[in-house]
Amino acid sequence: MIEVKDLTKRFGATTAVKDLTFTVRPGRVTGFLGPNGAGKSTTLRMILGLNAPTGGSVTVGGLAFRDRPRGLRHVGALLDAGDVHGGRSAAAHLAVLARSNRIPRRRVDEVLAEVGLAGAAGRRRVGGFSLGMKQRLGIATALLGDPPVLLFDEPLNGLDPEGVLWVRGLFRRLAGAGRTVFVSSHLMSEMENTADELIVIGRGELIAAESLARFAARGSGAGVTVRTPRPAALAEVLTAAGGTVSQDGPLLAVTGLDASRIGDLAGRHALPLHELTPRTASLEDAFMKLTADSVEYATGDAGESR
Amino acid sequence: MTNSRVTGARESPAPAVPTVPMPPPAARFRDLLAAEWLKLWSLRSTPWAYLIAALAVIGFNVGQAYDTYRYWTMENTADKARFVRDGIPLAEAFTSNAASILMLAAGAIGAVTVVGEYGTGLIRTTFAAVPARRSVLAAKAAVLAGVTTALGALIAAVSFFATQAILAGRDIGVSAGHPGALRVIVASALLTPVSALVGMAVGALLRQMGTTMVATFVTLLILPLVVSPGRYWSALLAHALPYSAWQRLTEVGSPVVAYPWSQAGAWTVYGAWALGAVVLAVFTVDRRDQ
Repeated sequence: MIEVKDLTKRFGATTAVKDLTFTVRPGRVTGFLGPNGAGKSTTLRMILGLNAPTGGSVTVGGLAFRDRPRGLRHVGALLDAGDVHGGRSAAAHLAVLARSNRIPRRRVDEVLAEVGLAGAAGRRRVGGFSLGMKQRLGIATALLGDPPVLLFDEPLNGLDPEGVLWVRGLFRRLAGAGRTVFVSSHLMSEMENTADELIVIGRGELIAAESLARFAARGSGAGVTVRTPRPAALAEVLTAAGGTVSQDGPLLAVTGLDASRIGDLAGRHALPLHELTPRTASLEDAFMKLTADSVEYATGDAGESR
Repeated sequence: MTNSRVTGARESPAPAVPTVPMPPPAARFRDLLAAEWLKLWSLRSTPWAYLIAALAVIGFNVGQAYDTYRYWTMENTADKARFVRDGIPLAEAFTSNAASILMLAAGAIGAVTVVGEYGTGLIRTTFAAVPARRSVLAAKAAVLAGVTTALGALIAAVSFFATQAILAGRDIGVSAGHPGALRVIVASALLTPVSALVGMAVGALLRQMGTTMVATFVTLLILPLVVSPGRYWSALLAHALPYSAWQRLTEVGSPVVAYPWSQAGAWTVYGAWALGAVVLAVFTVDRRDQ
């Protein structure tokens, strides 16, 4: 369990994180979403005590992380796959960390096997690793202490499709075993197939903290597409029934009424339907719309939702 | 329920991994010492850096002794007598050039232990694994001090015995029992950990390779050049520097100086710099964002 309360971080005149409050619960994969520069990494660093908050507090399992003398058995973290010394082998890197936390040496081989770096790969110098291999090493580091809480900052970067599938399965298994899994990403599509819960931030402020299903439901474009030879008449009926209708030739885009209700109404008024398509807004749409106002590095057309 | 996969995961049989981890064992400082030891020797560059430093320093000392040996027959009897009377054979056990090289190398070795972690980002992984940052830095300093003391002892001992063996070819070498010989060896040996800890402290303060190296070299080597032992305040400042302390401790005979100072004072300077460096490194890293 991670509890973030009124968390604020300022760097000089810049406010990176502002009055952030949320809870990450065990047994679920929680996605941490926001555009680039939204303050995700800063928040993760404050959870790990690497950065001191300007205001507010954050606890993991009821304690500030820096109050624990050793960390790996409490929180496993992959912040940046590059946070290793290129001159050491993967096995040596993990052996150092394991030793500092009194974790038996055999655990190093276990986690290397778990992430697919067993054997020769584990003995190679990390400097020669691809980004994907470094991500696997970072995940091995997070798993090393068998911790109840795991943090991952953009863990899918650089992974091949097989690696992405594996990571998703791993997150599901970890959450299924009752652990707290907190995964950041700037891509909604990555979370769509991974997360149960979402924390969405923009410009350092909380935008949403809710289940993936609820988040999807607030998608902007959720509605029904209707094709009819008598659009004007149908539009009148649907509007009278409380729907919002926009017409484009024979096509009507309807929101506020579901497909079955529209079908019933059309039947009652003897209006023919040629097409009746429920349109669930993609999570990406919902995400873009929600964060449109808070994109830090907007390009020419990034401000408008698709 | 958000989707079917989630339900599936919930309904899956007993997880392979325990949900509630065993209570963690008590944190021990010696685990951190062991980790820093592993960290040091798992880098291929470590033994090379130590070997090159040792060869360079010993080379300077042996070179000077060999020069004396080679041109000894060209000196007249009076010069030879004065050479021995002034205790120069013992002074050649560790020359000031060799001491400068030693400070340079040890300072760099010390700086790299910290800056190497900042430069690669490893420091964040380290502190995420061990949130007790002061303990990490203390362990780092202890391992660095231990290893560089051993390195310094080796360099100083080899330098002493090699140079005196060469000078013995002209019957002017001294033994380890010679008055002051042990002091020359120990003072030269301990110059290594003092310089290494200074490099480490500067590295912890600046975190960046280029500036750290420059600042370390300025502190250890340039500062002693700009202070003059002939003026009171300047001499006072000079006496507070590790290089001057080394000069005082390896002094042979009793040269006439404007502002004399005691050997105990010089040993204290060594101790103060080492202690000050450790304190600076430990508390700087503890307070700042990583």
